[in-house]
Amino acid sequence: MIYMQDISKCYQMGSEKVHALNQVSFNIEDGEYVAIIGPSGSGKSTLMNIIGCLDIQDSGTYKLAGEDVSRYSSRKLAKLRSTHIGFIFQGFNLLGKLNALENVELPLIYQGVSRKLRRQRAEQVLESVGLADRMKHRPSELSGGQQQRVAIARALVSNPRLILADEPTGNLDTTTGNEIMDLFAKLHAQNNTIVLITHDQGIAKRAERSLQIVDGKIQHETYNGRDD
Amino acid sequence: MQSIQMAFKSILGNKMRSFLTMLGIIIGVASVVVLVSIGQGANQSVSDSIQKMGTNLLTVNINTRRNNPINLERVKEMRTLEGVAQACPVSTSSGTLKAGLQQYEDGSIIATSSGYDEIRNYSLARGRFITEPDVTNRSFVAVIGQEVAEELFGSAQVLGEIFTWKGYPFTVVGVLNEIGTSMVGSGDNLIIIPFTVGERLFFRKGINSIYVSALSAENVSIAQESLKTYMDALMVGASSSNTYNIYNQTTALETLNSATATLTLMLGGIAAISLLVGGIGIMNIMLVSVSERTREIGIRKAIGATRRNILSQFLIEALVVSLIGGLIGLGVSVVATHLLTPVLKMTLTISPSIAGLAVCFSIAVGIIFGLYPANKASKLLPVVALRHE
Repeated sequence: MIYMQDISKCYQMGSEKVHALNQVSFNIEDGEYVAIIGPSGSGKSTLMNIIGCLDIQDSGTYKLAGEDVSRYSSRKLAKLRSTHIGFIFQGFNLLGKLNALENVELPLIYQGVSRKLRRQRAEQVLESVGLADRMKHRPSELSGGQQQRVAIARALVSNPRLILADEPTGNLDTTTGNEIMDLFAKLHAQNNTIVLITHDQGIAKRAERSLQIVDGKIQHETYNGRDD
Repeated sequence: MQSIQMAFKSILGNKMRSFLTMLGIIIGVASVVVLVSIGQGANQSVSDSIQKMGTNLLTVNINTRRNNPINLERVKEMRTLEGVAQACPVSTSSGTLKAGLQQYEDGSIIATSSGYDEIRNYSLARGRFITEPDVTNRSFVAVIGQEVAEELFGSAQVLGEIFTWKGYPFTVVGVLNEIGTSMVGSGDNLIIIPFTVGERLFFRKGINSIYVSALSAENVSIAQESLKTYMDALMVGASSSNTYNIYNQTTALETLNSATATLTLMLGGIAAISLLVGGIGIMNIMLVSVSERTREIGIRKAIGATRRNILSQFLIEALVVSLIGGLIGLGVSVVATHLLTPVLKMTLTISPSIAGLAVCFSIAVGIIFGLYPANKASKLLPVVALRHE
């Protein structure tokens, strides 16, 4: 699913050059549940941006589902994002002016799915994350956990090959966070490929495998055995 | 289709701001349409009043004071020229008339000879017009317009009454039928007196202006030709070549038309500037909107919006604002022209071409001024946009 070879990325921070990623290499197979763990400033966000095709590496090879994306135009990248990747952000990143259903429909709009199909699919996904009765609510009328569920539904609606979650429990209390993590476990059981970015060991332990990243390098790889 | 819906949502989400943005376009479009229709209305009304004067009217103006060969006998001779029906000397002044305690201030005094009523198609309500003997005898008689008669004498018997001007008493011998008001002024404020009396009271000796009517509209050029021959013969030996000129109403009409066309263009141009200002308003608001919604743009891009999606979203938003503004502006101008018609005393009609042009122009404004902010939005990198708080 993901093939990374010697990925490097530098940022110019004022006069200083920061190596956010330094020759990172790893693979993630289809159906895997991987956590990328690291303290803040370790480069994990940069890594997520590259995996999510939001940013392009300076050097190295990144293949997503067998496709080398480094030469893709912004338009092709946008298309790839909409069909291959479902994003889940720490701050939920829902559009405040749209209700839950419309938020979930959004990726399908950009894929050009017909209105009827869109609605059907969005309702179905919202039901599966347990929000059947909250479809017409706006994000401001939902609790944090519910908002994150909407965000998860939005990530799932286009049947992406990869679910990319950036600190999905970061803004939630422990109980709600656990509920969300249970939802991830359920998604994994349904054979979704999940990449989770976090700084929390406890969260990372729930993945099959965790990659520890420090100072732009993968330092440690842990297999957590089966997760359930 | 989806983008249009999104645009409406975003416009409705910020009603006050959207309305203020539209206001620029509304005012711009309304002022373009209203001012241009005023210009066209003025044009129409001027050419109407010229038409009313008669298309077979010619005017001869004599520019020399010294050695002016024209006298009343010569004017009479002109009546016999080919194509000419009638010719009268004309001299004008204005002043205040008094009759007892009544005053009439805006009198337009015309000194002329018999036949002037035929040239101008005046008809008499009562009495008679100025006659040949009135002119030769320098009689202090006058034919007055409806308004003058009413102001000075009310509903009382008018014929035979006396009014004074500059202290001279005039006897009313005739009252004109109502003529009506046009752009060139009221037709009912006339006081017509014998030409010879006018010469004396205006302190203006000699004939400088002659109104000539052709036998028919078709004969105007023949009459003009024969007048020219006649005048050239009289003016032989004159020092300047520019001693006289002959106008016909067609020329006058053309001159006036080009003048009002320039006026219309100017009014439209000034109004177009306000439309431009409206466009800048749109651009300003769209730029604010882009920076406000940077994060939204980032989210949309992350979940699969292409540059083109974002571009069209913002462009359509600008377009919808300007188009709605344009249509409202058009509605406002329809109401405004209806309200202005009685005030300006002319028929204002919004021509479909001007309406179409104004709306097209507002769309163009939306595109031109929406393009820059939309392009700016579409170029945002998703990573940067997402990091934006």
